[in-house]
Amino acid sequence: MASVLQIQDLHVSYRSSEGVLCPALNGVSFGLMPGEILGVLGESGSGKSTLAVSLVRLLPGNGEITRGAVHFEGKDLLQAKPEELQQIRGRRISLIFQEPSLALHPTMRAGEQVRRVLAAHGSPGKSALRERTRQVFAEIFPEEADRISRSYPHQLSGGQRQRVLIAQAIVCGPSVVIADEPTASLDPATQMEILRVFRTLRERLGLAMIFITHNPALLSGFADRVLVLYGGQIVECGPAETVLASPRHPYTKALFQSVPAVSEGRGNGRNTRLPVIPGDSSQSSLPREGCPFEPRCTERMDICREREPALVNLSESHVVSCFKYES
Amino acid sequence: MKVKGSDGGQDMQPLLKAENLVKRYAKRSLAGAREELLALDGVSFTIFPGTTLAVVGESGSGKSTLASCLACLESPTAGNIWFEGKDLVKLGERARRQVRPQIQLIFQDPASSLNPRWSVLETLIEPLILRRKFKPEEMKPRANSLLERVGLSPDIVERLPTELSGGQRQRLAIARALALEPKLLILDEALSALDCSMQAQIANLLVELQSSLGMTYLFITHDLAMAAHLADEIAVMNRGRIVEQGPADNILKQPQHKTTRQLLAAVPRIARAALPAVEQ
Repeated sequence: MASVLQIQDLHVSYRSSEGVLCPALNGVSFGLMPGEILGVLGESGSGKSTLAVSLVRLLPGNGEITRGAVHFEGKDLLQAKPEELQQIRGRRISLIFQEPSLALHPTMRAGEQVRRVLAAHGSPGKSALRERTRQVFAEIFPEEADRISRSYPHQLSGGQRQRVLIAQAIVCGPSVVIADEPTASLDPATQMEILRVFRTLRERLGLAMIFITHNPALLSGFADRVLVLYGGQIVECGPAETVLASPRHPYTKALFQSVPAVSEGRGNGRNTRLPVIPGDSSQSSLPREGCPFEPRCTERMDICREREPALVNLSESHVVSCFKYES
Repeated sequence: MKVKGSDGGQDMQPLLKAENLVKRYAKRSLAGAREELLALDGVSFTIFPGTTLAVVGESGSGKSTLASCLACLESPTAGNIWFEGKDLVKLGERARRQVRPQIQLIFQDPASSLNPRWSVLETLIEPLILRRKFKPEEMKPRANSLLERVGLSPDIVERLPTELSGGQRQRLAIARALALEPKLLILDEALSALDCSMQAQIANLLVELQSSLGMTYLFITHDLAMAAHLADEIAVMNRGRIVEQGPADNILKQPQHKTTRQLLAAVPRIARAALPAVEQ
């Protein structure tokens, strides 16, 4: 099956105020299958948000895509003209951000905010607009579509606001949705509810989705595939069950262990130390040469400092970038 | 493992005791009708020195209102807060000012609780000045030892908060709180904005400070897994009430109340198939 979105060797850098180029993404390549949920896992500074915005070229002014290609529906989005991009963004590929209270207009009713997205992408006539908006609300709020549609953002809960953003994202019938930490500001029960909404939409509309998060636990039972980013590079990528149950890259392993488990029989979990990854992943601590994770890695070898590891195929669908697995 | 107040020290004096706290907010609907919001509806609990009480609940359950009341940022509508035998609610402004530094708050987002124009050193020196206990030349060494205590390098004293990572900022916020030598730290979603690996680092720091300084924590969170990891006791809140309270293990293994079971069910889990141990 052909992928709906194909990213090849994407390099993105930010120019600092002194004019120095700081790399944020360093040769990222992957494909997104139709109807697939791809979980992108990474800490702050890993390049995960840069990835989200650079796919549709919404980088801030100091961001530059220095190399690579993003193929979508027969076009390279990185070469597309602004008018062409305008046709794709929000209509064929849409974005959902973390903070729903910032993304919504505070004094406009939810229904109107969704209707305007639709109107911005062509004007099918008033009644058609209203009908389509009503349909989307019925889809996402099966129980109280009318009430939510008439409400202002401040009258809605965090979860409901996030659903309004989802309504905006799907109203034009896109084939790809990119969601950057869409549940980070929500409590666990609401998080789960939003994940269920995404899954339902995928099943009903065949949406493909890039779901970006820092929380590995959210991906289990939700994502089809998991891609782990570290220091702007893919360190591991494979089927969700495989990566989550038996991670292979030292970073992925350490990251999963740092999440406390609700102890089923672990008994004396409290007041003991959690296994941590020493240090942090800020730009300044990334090495210039070799594997980006080397300074924090507990399994480092001499070669890790000398050159970058290549992606190794562990199986047809599971790749990892670590010298441990190079033969 | 040290003796815990909840099991080993029944005769120990509680550090803080909340009795029947009620907080009512008046709110006006768009139509102009007055409505009342009961944020705290008769909350009572006790925290013993050197222990951790976790308060868990969904958004809107009253957790943060509780934090503000305990930190004397708001006064409860009714009820008492006994801190080392003094009732904070009835205390006059002068006397309250004496007690207040001993209860410090750490918020979710260190970026918005630190002054963006102050360097790390200035941030740490301010509480030292307020204590009026130190000579100017003593300030810098004290700030350095605070940094060390929270695992930050003294090299960063000249940096601004924007030049620190999220984890470093939260460490700085903790160092600033420690400058006042508090007895109780209220951590209001203090880990929620951090990456998983940073959460683990800060959680370990909290455990360390508890064993070295005998710190007492009120840990407010919606992350039941982290609550279970850090706390001796867990109190589950729903609509302004504590609906279930007990030793962390009991709450996890035998949740009684519906809210607790819902919270437990919502904890995302990774299937932990025989993870190889990571060396420390």
